[in-house]
Amino acid sequence: MASPSPEQQTNAPSMVMLSGIRKSFADIEVVKGIDLNIGVGEFFSLLGPSGCGKTTLLRMIAGFETANEGSIAINGNEMSKVDAHERPTNMVFQSYAIFPHLNVAQNVAYGLKKQGLSKDETKKRVDEMLKLVDLEGYQERPSYALSGGQKQRVALARALIMQPKVLLLDEPLSALDKKLREQMQQELRRLQRTLGITFILVTHDQEEALIMSDRIAVMFDGKIAQVGTPREIYERPVSRRVASFIGVMNFLKGDLNGKTKKGISITSDIFGQIILDESQMPSPLEPGAVTIGIRPEMMSVLYRDSDKADNRLKGKVTSVDYYGDMTFYSVAIPASEDQLSVCMRNTVGRHVYERDDEIVIGWSNASMVVLR
Amino acid sequence: MTKRAPLSLLIFVVIYLLFLYAPVVLLPIFAFNDSAIIAFPLEGFTMRWFWALGEEESLFRALKNSLIIALSSSVLSTCFGVLTARAMARHQFLGKRPIFGLIMTPLFLPEIIIGVSILIVLIQLGLSLSIWTVIAGHVLIVTPFSVSILTTAFNNMDRSLEEASLDLGETHFGTFRRVILPLVAPGLISSLLIGFTISLDEFVIAFFLTGTDPTLPVYIWSLLRFPSKLPTVMALGFVLLVMSLILLSLFEYFRRRSEKLTGGMGKSQHHVGQEGE
Repeated sequence: MASPSPEQQTNAPSMVMLSGIRKSFADIEVVKGIDLNIGVGEFFSLLGPSGCGKTTLLRMIAGFETANEGSIAINGNEMSKVDAHERPTNMVFQSYAIFPHLNVAQNVAYGLKKQGLSKDETKKRVDEMLKLVDLEGYQERPSYALSGGQKQRVALARALIMQPKVLLLDEPLSALDKKLREQMQQELRRLQRTLGITFILVTHDQEEALIMSDRIAVMFDGKIAQVGTPREIYERPVSRRVASFIGVMNFLKGDLNGKTKKGISITSDIFGQIILDESQMPSPLEPGAVTIGIRPEMMSVLYRDSDKADNRLKGKVTSVDYYGDMTFYSVAIPASEDQLSVCMRNTVGRHVYERDDEIVIGWSNASMVVLR
Repeated sequence: MTKRAPLSLLIFVVIYLLFLYAPVVLLPIFAFNDSAIIAFPLEGFTMRWFWALGEEESLFRALKNSLIIALSSSVLSTCFGVLTARAMARHQFLGKRPIFGLIMTPLFLPEIIIGVSILIVLIQLGLSLSIWTVIAGHVLIVTPFSVSILTTAFNNMDRSLEEASLDLGETHFGTFRRVILPLVAPGLISSLLIGFTISLDEFVIAFFLTGTDPTLPVYIWSLLRFPSKLPTVMALGFVLLVMSLILLSLFEYFRRRSEKLTGGMGKSQHHVGQEGE
């Protein structure tokens, strides 16, 4: 994967194809030309900060908004003339949108009414669906007597009972507390694998996107910054912005000398000249000043002189954040104004340093990524 | 715990309430008083004024007119209210604010102006006065009430409920019938009730626009010319008062339910209630 052009990367046949999508609200362009190809049975996430256009994009796929330019095809059919109620998509709303005047069974059966099923058949399907989302026996429960997590499941059942080609999820977990959210993440993933339906998830939570997705599109300012698998996005971000949005990354200054037979040659005041693998430069760059990124957990505190590391640096601890399982150190180094963030797992007998301690940190060449 | 209100404030409240309600209290007193003259001292208890009501055939015609007018104008203005509220809550269009202002204007116009204006127009058009002209006038003044009640109901409804319905394959019309209407139903009922109440006791417009079929308030006014009928009017007034109170209580009940249904539910996340079992 020398120069990934992720739009073409899906192996699966295409389920949702977006080309040249643009959308403005009253002169403000919120989606600025999006091309995306989402495969059959994929769990795909649109990840970005609020206001990046991810929800608008999802709503255009659902048919609630109309694109100013570009085309949307679902399962090979052009959707521009197809109204929301005729699209093979179903949505789980951020507010859940449970009909307050209907009970659980009536909510779940809402969409079946159009299909003219018999009473028994409807009941059978509703029961099956409630079992799938772990809400057996809740049929007669009025919707106001549901907790947030239960509403979430009803919304899910109500959408899935329609057997959609694509399930759209608009920040479905953001209103749940942490424990419940983590549980629902697992469950959504399990459901998606069992059913094999294409899921498109909109989220601003990078961790959620990493855990759940087959692929992620990172969006900023109405454009896609990067598309890739969670590992590609996390380990090989194409820009400082993507890198910083998906967790924490340390940035060092360096110079790109060019390509050699062995790989790409980089020089830096901090670690001299090194050769990195071509895959460590996710987007091709011209020789000149570049940024080198290293994740905090890829750096480690070297406790003994004999500890091996491709690169080592002396530094001074300026702050310590203790998380229980981890300790985050901020380390000032002489060669850079920016402090480095180093994350160490806390294990038995491992010393936790304090502020103003002098330490040595080290990292391997393979942990570095070359960015703009 | 709670501080006692100062005496001066208490006195003020008592006087205020007396001023407001003493005349109304006189109504039942004289309605049951066994004398044709409306004056103290009271003569004794009687129900005869109420029995006398039963013999007034023209009273029943007036009552029938009033009921037809109140029912028609509340239904019509509620229909207009639904259309307006829906447009105001969901759509952006040119001149939205001025149009809304125009619809609400009758709320602030003196009724006598409205009555006279409509009368002039009707005469110019060569139309004769009937209960239909009264209905037209009442729709004009009741619509602003319907609009403001229903706009609240429509605005409070979580928009994603509509989208969810469309998303589940329901048509726009089906969504209106299966989701929107049930959720604004309490608003509809309170709009109907308030429209009915306003129209039922409206006098000025009815007085100008009524033809040979008087409404109840106009009929009562005409009775006032005969002093002997005065206790009967009192009895009638008492009946109307009780009816109005019932209607207003119903209105308040539905208004609160509407708030609960549309405001509280679509959005609240942590509603872990066991009461549903």
